[in-house]
Amino acid sequence: MASTDFAVQLINVNKWYGEFHVLKDINLNVRVGERIVICGPSGSGKSTMIRCINRLEEHQAGQIIVGGIELTHDLKRIDKVRREVGMCFQHFNLFPHLTVLENCTLAPIWVRKMPKKQAIESAMHYLERVKIPEQANKFPGQLSGGQQQRVAIARSLCMNPKVMLFDEPTSALDPEMIKEVLDVMVELAEEGMTMLCVTHEMGFAKLVADRVIFMDMGQVVEENKPEQFFNDPQNDRTKLFLSQILNH
Amino acid sequence: MNEFKPLPNLPPPAATTGVIGWARANLFPTPFSSALTVLGIYFLYITLVPFLDWAVFSADWLGTDKSACVSGGACWAFVTARLDFFIYGFYPASEVWRLDICIALFILSFAPQFFDTFPYKKNLGIFSLTVFPVVCYVLISGGWFGLEEVSTEKWGGLSLTLMLAYVGIVAALPIGVVLALGRRSQLPVIRTFCISFIELWRGVPLISVLFMSSVMLPLFLPEGMNFDKLLRALIGITMFQSAYMAEVVRGGLQAIPNGQHEAASALGLGYWKSMRLVILPQALKLVIPGIVNTFIALFKDTTLVLIIGLFEVLAAVEAVVRGTQWRGLTFEGYIFVGLCFWVFCFGISRYSQKLEQKLNTGHKR
Repeated sequence: MASTDFAVQLINVNKWYGEFHVLKDINLNVRVGERIVICGPSGSGKSTMIRCINRLEEHQAGQIIVGGIELTHDLKRIDKVRREVGMCFQHFNLFPHLTVLENCTLAPIWVRKMPKKQAIESAMHYLERVKIPEQANKFPGQLSGGQQQRVAIARSLCMNPKVMLFDEPTSALDPEMIKEVLDVMVELAEEGMTMLCVTHEMGFAKLVADRVIFMDMGQVVEENKPEQFFNDPQNDRTKLFLSQILNH
Repeated sequence: MNEFKPLPNLPPPAATTGVIGWARANLFPTPFSSALTVLGIYFLYITLVPFLDWAVFSADWLGTDKSACVSGGACWAFVTARLDFFIYGFYPASEVWRLDICIALFILSFAPQFFDTFPYKKNLGIFSLTVFPVVCYVLISGGWFGLEEVSTEKWGGLSLTLMLAYVGIVAALPIGVVLALGRRSQLPVIRTFCISFIELWRGVPLISVLFMSSVMLPLFLPEGMNFDKLLRALIGITMFQSAYMAEVVRGGLQAIPNGQHEAASALGLGYWKSMRLVILPQALKLVIPGIVNTFIALFKDTTLVLIIGLFEVLAAVEAVVRGTQWRGLTFEGYIFVGLCFWVFCFGISRYSQKLEQKLNTGHKR
């Protein structure tokens, strides 16, 4: 069952917060290179689901297999998975006491044991890709939200991940800054990165997603190719959701 | 269509800047405030001027006993006459050079920390935390390399005070950090141990800790197994202060948003690496004022060791002002001791402010 063709597999995943059942029988297979957009109302479990993929949250039943490694309580497996999975957060979570460059070189040096010089070179390469090499020696607090999120993307890319998770990467940004972050994400998608992205940017979904997944109440309600998903939603709940976010 | 043109930036009005502007805004903004300003200046005049006259201008500075003080001002002659005793205690006069070397090393390794441009600050810091205490211990206690052994009963004065404070500070911070991490641990055994340790030591007065260490502890130790009184006091002070330090550090740890832990985990950093590289640098920076507060309290609490017979600077000064030659100079004596402590505490405080400025990377998120 566990095949390396799949970057990420979720099999009958269930999760509870105390008594509260947040994820109900989630099944999801993500092929290598596939771009998936996950949307849904707040509290639907979409963030929880992608946070389970790098074990920021623990699932209580079912299987999660990332790059052929099943996530269990084994810390070594968790470390292995986290090394291969990059993540960007809604509030960026850059390290405020380190410069942009140090943010990017920290994990390669301490986790990958990369020589410092090489880590700096690769960090500068990724900072150029997100178009802010000139900010390398500033502190995160001196940058705008959009710039910070791009640094956060570069920081993840420095670990050379096989899968990238995005947890509402643009929802804390000013409208003028959303585009600069989305542009970087589109480029990343075009280069063939496997991506799971929780977002409400439907333009982005239409442009790059291979599949759109709609979640509500801890379940996958509908999943489809973007054209069908937006033009011909099958489920009433999806129709309601789309009508609310698209016509305002 | 209209083109958007930003307005030019103008300088502020002249009357709100400069010395006059400042005095107006801060000293004489309203009639009531002006009256308070005048009253304040008058109060300073009637208190500070006589005190300065007593303490400085009409004070006696030199002499061999109390009869040298005739001018009616403060009598500082006992300080200049017995300065050696205040600094070295009963340390043998022929061996005092060993303490001098330590004091010189102390000044040499800490003075450069106040200058931004000095290039080897980090190495010097490591030196003063590792090599320096060992060198000092070897030099001061003797018994090695042909140095005459000097028992700890002869140690005393300001040098003993500094020694107690230094060891206490250097040991209490790391122990406190470990305790703080332990108190937040997921493992019940570690957490319970740390909570018990902290609550136990924080719940007893330092005086009773010192009494226990000097009077009670020897009763419980087996015959012949008796270790040094100074060492016992040091362990007592360190345990006591590390409990306080742990709570200060815990305050810092709790102020770090969960997102920082998550980002570190997501990058593959394990517990110890994420603590060392991400969480602790931020947490410790946040609680510098609290850490320094604890250091200063520790520094001043070292005077309490006089009740178990250790002869630190306060005890040394008291012995002199209660002796026959300088009897009755208790007022000057306490001012002198106060000044000694103030100088060091103020130094610590200034250094911590410098550190805060240097580490401020601005704009927290």
